[in-house]
Amino acid sequence: YTFPLLTLDSVEMERFADEADVVIVGGGPAGLSAAIRLKQLANEQEKELRVCLVEKASQIGAHTLSGACLEPSALNELFSDWKERGAPLNTPVTEDVFSLLTKKYRIPVPMLPGLPMNNHGNYIVRLGHFVRWLGEQAEELGVEIYPGYAAAEVLFHEDGSVKGIATNDVGIAKDGSPKDVFERGMELHAKVTLFGEGCHGHLAKQLYRQFNLRENCEPQTYAIGLKEVWLIDEKKWRPGRVEHSVGWPLNRNTYGGSFLYHLNEGEPLVALGVVVGLDYTNPYLSPFREFQRWKHHPFIAKTLEGGNRIAYGARALNEGGYQCLPKVTFPGGMLIGCSPGFMNVPKIKGTHTAMKSGMLAAEAIFPKVTAKDLASETAGLHVPEYEDNLKKSWIWKELYSVRNIRPSFHSYFGLYGGMVYTGVFYWILRGKEPWTLKHAGLDSAQLRPAKECTAIEYPKPDGKLSFDLLSSVALSGTNHEGDQPPHLTLKDDSVPVANNLAIYDGPEQRFCPAGVYEYVPLETGEGMRLQINAQNCVHCKTCDIKDPSQNINWVVPEGSGGPAYNGM
Amino acid sequence: MSPASVFVCLSLTLLSDYPVIRVKPDHSGVVTDGVKHSMNPFCEIAVEEAVKLKEKKFIKEVVAVSCGPTQVTETIRTALAMGCDRGIHVEVSGKDYEAMGPLQIAKIFAALAKKEEASLVILGKQAIDDDCNQTGQMTAALLDWPQGTFASEVTIDGEKVKVVREIDGGLETIKISMPAVLTADLRLNTPRYATLPNIMKAKKKKIANMKPADLGVDMVSRVEVLRVDEPPTRLAGVKVETVDDLVAKLKANGTI
Repeated sequence: YTFPLLTLDSVEMERFADEADVVIVGGGPAGLSAAIRLKQLANEQEKELRVCLVEKASQIGAHTLSGACLEPSALNELFSDWKERGAPLNTPVTEDVFSLLTKKYRIPVPMLPGLPMNNHGNYIVRLGHFVRWLGEQAEELGVEIYPGYAAAEVLFHEDGSVKGIATNDVGIAKDGSPKDVFERGMELHAKVTLFGEGCHGHLAKQLYRQFNLRENCEPQTYAIGLKEVWLIDEKKWRPGRVEHSVGWPLNRNTYGGSFLYHLNEGEPLVALGVVVGLDYTNPYLSPFREFQRWKHHPFIAKTLEGGNRIAYGARALNEGGYQCLPKVTFPGGMLIGCSPGFMNVPKIKGTHTAMKSGMLAAEAIFPKVTAKDLASETAGLHVPEYEDNLKKSWIWKELYSVRNIRPSFHSYFGLYGGMVYTGVFYWILRGKEPWTLKHAGLDSAQLRPAKECTAIEYPKPDGKLSFDLLSSVALSGTNHEGDQPPHLTLKDDSVPVANNLAIYDGPEQRFCPAGVYEYVPLETGEGMRLQINAQNCVHCKTCDIKDPSQNINWVVPEGSGGPAYNGM
Repeated sequence: MSPASVFVCLSLTLLSDYPVIRVKPDHSGVVTDGVKHSMNPFCEIAVEEAVKLKEKKFIKEVVAVSCGPTQVTETIRTALAMGCDRGIHVEVSGKDYEAMGPLQIAKIFAALAKKEEASLVILGKQAIDDDCNQTGQMTAALLDWPQGTFASEVTIDGEKVKVVREIDGGLETIKISMPAVLTADLRLNTPRYATLPNIMKAKKKKIANMKPADLGVDMVSRVEVLRVDEPPTRLAGVKVETVDDLVAKLKANGTI
């Protein structure tokens, strides 16, 4: 499926280029907070600053997906008057419930203050709407925001520093040839480029290799989060209620858990979902089907019965925390937000740290980018002060204190070991123990061959509480221009059947939450082939992370393609 | 005498192909908050045709017009990025916008076309959110201009326009005098992408702002929406083994 581009002699190949002071890739909490902070500083000090932000979604917030319980710490620092500005934080948390589920029953776990999962003071938000609001604030401050344009290529100066980015060429047909509407992408040059692509960004992947940013940290480990929004029976609606669970349906050695949040925005809406650690070992595991069957647990079903599902989506998230933080600055650019990965895993919150990292980046860049005579060794500015600021900030302290919780799940005792560790070491010592536990290694290397594992019998969806994959994908609103090369590329076309299917029984058929990968029999009769339904993709990045052969390379499709989440 | 200006009338619609649309709890309409809105696909084709005509030097100026709330200026910008010279935003918001239908829009477009002395008014054949297919025809009637609807090919020949129309039986070719109203059908052209450099340049092009009252148009609707419901869930089909079974079932449910 990966094809070489046909020679384009007949087509104008020059790219239009424009200059900005700062270019930001990604319109999520980190990117927007950085943009806002830069403009706040510029306005305070009456300096001119051109800040351009590109975002692959057709509108800001359309690719945003999260639980989410927002800790307002970073927001308070960014806009102390966020309430007056109309930030959509409408649901303060009123009840916090934690359960250990067994197949039929529920064991309540007390949510003592001081435990990371305690949500006192936080707000349940629809992150997509919050991001949209951030976008509006940014535009008011003068940030140039360009949704619908994907950054596809990192540009470099001759000295190797980052020069900026280029958006992707559009109007390429499925076979790689230019259509009549072919247009070259545009180059955006900047003194500093911020990369805020979210978890497992595709440009960040290149930057890690190019600048060797990961030589002193562990490989990142991830989870996949699947989420639905339901309109439930009013009688069951308890606005402000936060429920979390661990245990069933996942076994004790598969990391994961669930969330169910009651929103308070006029209608009886609940946001719910399941997170499954991508270091799972059984290739027969399907995160999507675990999610669907979890909803049948009596404790969950009782809230959902009589309700209607109105939205679905999925996204990978970081689980590595402190041990997996790479170097985040390099000549000409830096990484912000979930891209390097500041998520506090036991709290399952990454938005506040992502926002703070964006703000710290802005504060470090601003003096350098507006300095009159700046002597820089490289054409692209290197701002190592950002990394120093991070280390002195509350992000670092927070991530350091919870660093051992996630790896504590790797022992023989699995889930129970982790819970005991959290209760003993975190609650009492707050992470002050002198050792740092390690993660298990690359997620993609964790799968055991199919013949060593037992297939999991999943129940059929009942159409009322649980649903099939394709009707779920339809609810994500995802679509892509059909006539374009598939953006899920394979480094070697023969590997899926020879390796993934033969040894692991094609796990991509199961871990993709959008049904992109299917093994279908060859038309000629003998054997199978991998069919890639790229149009279904919801941009979750799980395949790029979990492919045991690391053969799948997710690249960005034409801008505007992808899910159309509304307040996810 | 070569035509002076061409009006392209745009509609901002819910991109109803793929997003998730649900009916409001009070059944007065559909939930639009947060749903992806963009230029109506047929209007994109109309813009493309107008820009092509300008590139072929048949017309001097293309003006992109749209009625609606502030969101609509983004759609006009996209049209400007595709090659239109200037834009006009007729502001309609709130209750007026919810009640706005083809007749009100046609009145606005007709008034503008007369005011600006347009030679051609090009619209998309219908909006994909309400599928009315009325605005172009009504505009032509209000202006008493000839109309070439469902155009799949447009050629300007002196003072006349040759339009190939897609009709049920095939294709019909007509020749109409200008000034005229055209509506674009799917196969008229493939719209170009609004590239980022053009979007940036479009920020410098002018978009004039006005209200329906400035054009002397009253926005009162003659149509009242009583109720909006989701289509009934399709029941599963039943398979029968023999023709006798089929006849028996049809008799049983009263069809025959």
